Amino acid sequence: MAAIDVDALIQDFPLLSAAPEDGRRLVYLDSANTSQKPNAVIDAMGRFMRESYGPINRSAYRLAAAATDAYEGARNRVARFINAASADEIVFTRNATDALNLFAQSWSRAHLRRGDVVVLSHMEHHANIVPWQMMHDEIGIELRWIPLTDDGQLDLANLDDLLDGASVLAVTAMSNVLGTINPVAELCTRARAAGAVTMVDACQSVPHGPTDVQAWGADLCAFSSHKMLGPTGLGVLWGRAEILEALPPMIGGGNMIDDVRLDGYSCAPVPTRFEAGTGQLVEAVGLNAAIDYLDTLGMDRVRDHERELTRYAIDTLTAAFGDDITIHGPSDPELRGGVLSFAFRDLHPHDVSQILDEYRVCVRAGHHCAKPLMRILEANATVRASLYIYNGPDDIDVLVEALSSAGDIFGF
Amino acid sequence: MPGLEDLYREIILDHYKNPRNRGQLEVPPAVRADGHNPLCGDEITVFVELDGDRVVRVAIDGQGCSISQSSASMMSQAMTGRTTDEARALLHRFKHMMSIADHDHSDEPAEDIPLGDLEALQGVVKFPVRIKCAVLAWNTLAQALDSAAS
Ligand SMILES: Cc1ncc(COP(=O)(O)O)c(C=O)c1O
Repeated sequence: MAAIDVDALIQDFPLLSAAPEDGRRLVYLDSANTSQKPNAVIDAMGRFMRESYGPINRSAYRLAAAATDAYEGARNRVARFINAASADEIVFTRNATDALNLFAQSWSRAHLRRGDVVVLSHMEHHANIVPWQMMHDEIGIELRWIPLTDDGQLDLANLDDLLDGASVLAVTAMSNVLGTINPVAELCTRARAAGAVTMVDACQSVPHGPTDVQAWGADLCAFSSHKMLGPTGLGVLWGRAEILEALPPMIGGGNMIDDVRLDGYSCAPVPTRFEAGTGQLVEAVGLNAAIDYLDTLGMDRVRDHERELTRYAIDTLTAAFGDDITIHGPSDPELRGGVLSFAFRDLHPHDVSQILDEYRVCVRAGHHCAKPLMRILEANATVRASLYIYNGPDDIDVLVEALSSAGDIFGF
Repeated sequence: MPGLEDLYREIILDHYKNPRNRGQLEVPPAVRADGHNPLCGDEITVFVELDGDRVVRVAIDGQGCSISQSSASMMSQAMTGRTTDEARALLHRFKHMMSIADHDHSDEPAEDIPLGDLEALQGVVKFPVRIKCAVLAWNTLAQALDSAAS
């Protein structure tokens, strides 16, 4: 299996292959936030709007039928990509946050009572914390937390106690701050044995490696199109058929009904009942193209590329800055994805990212929507450089150059 | 693209590395207000001690980036000794420099109060995302003055 040829691949990404400005090309290291888009995606969406755009599910004419096929085709494509048992297990949402909220709110209201337990972890994104806190306030569910080890992995020492009597385990497959890859299959197996329903926040894992939701043994997962080369405005909730059947829809309106009378309504079958209103047809076409692009590359190669680049990044940053840089999370690239959060000397992340911007290096500075984790790291904010298929060692070298100059400006 | 030298001026770096009036004041007699920037998680606490109508002491606690910290440090110096009216006028003048309309004085032009070292923060305007950092301490001080007045 040949490695990804980054120089060739970049030609597919207009922003990344654009002419340099002031002699500098764009070094995009913020893909954990949102990814860049290849021509294949941009063109597929444009072509669709130019050549075959029409309404979904509502009309008999051929244009409408073709649009419906395109939308359902995308659903099918997503199902195959994550090895779902059927396309009916794929719900299109606005984004992952929307999917996580749908499950947390709707499941809690339908199935949980005061005192029922939901287990989360200390490394969750706000999108998998706040919806549950809302349900804590509304229903009185109890939240339990899987703590972390010193090197930023889930501390599973007391997992059985935490899961004892739990109704739900909702946990991230990969931390968007630490890069830690969690043992999802083990977590799901143990949660299931304890009788808990399992939700996997797969936002950071699906774009970066092979996904098999059945092998995970999970009940549900959520992820966003925009982090995997696709457009914004579209997320995915996957749920096993029997779980989705037991999940009441949250938004009522057109498309999601079977029948409406003055004295009541009945719902359309799963998954349509969760997709009230006009769906994200163009975005679904874009996501379909993104998945085609990723699959052509091969998700195993994507993972290999990022693991090796992460190794290079950790080695290079450590060699260049020694104790002046603290990279959070596991140091072994086998245990982590390409998300590198770090503290650089005692420079504030905002200042670091401002100076990096001068080198056209895009990194995120902030709390990464994981404030509970930031408190554990005893940081208000970190700098986060995150990698994807279009990054190569050159990008890391520019990062090092830019960080050195940040040190110079602040007189270190 | 504006150069970084517009942002990271010598005086700013000096106030960042050697912040003036760091610490806490006893409440009361001082009043305190907490401010934070949800974007970056910066947190700042401003303590103001008044003698009648006059600001006699300002102290700054919390943490943040070079811009928010140096702005707070300079502000603490610039505010000490002013009457509350003068303090509010300076606040207005500073926000005006940061291109921020402030609701209390929407139509009034800012008085031409000399800004001294604070002029160094002018360059921040060219980096719009950093304006919030520069005004964090000022908005927090305004809250402290409001709570002292009420
Ligand atoms: C781990 C994780 N969960 C959830 C989200 C939320 O994704 P979105 O903003 O696309 O809804 C993100 C992305 O920011 C994430 O990294």
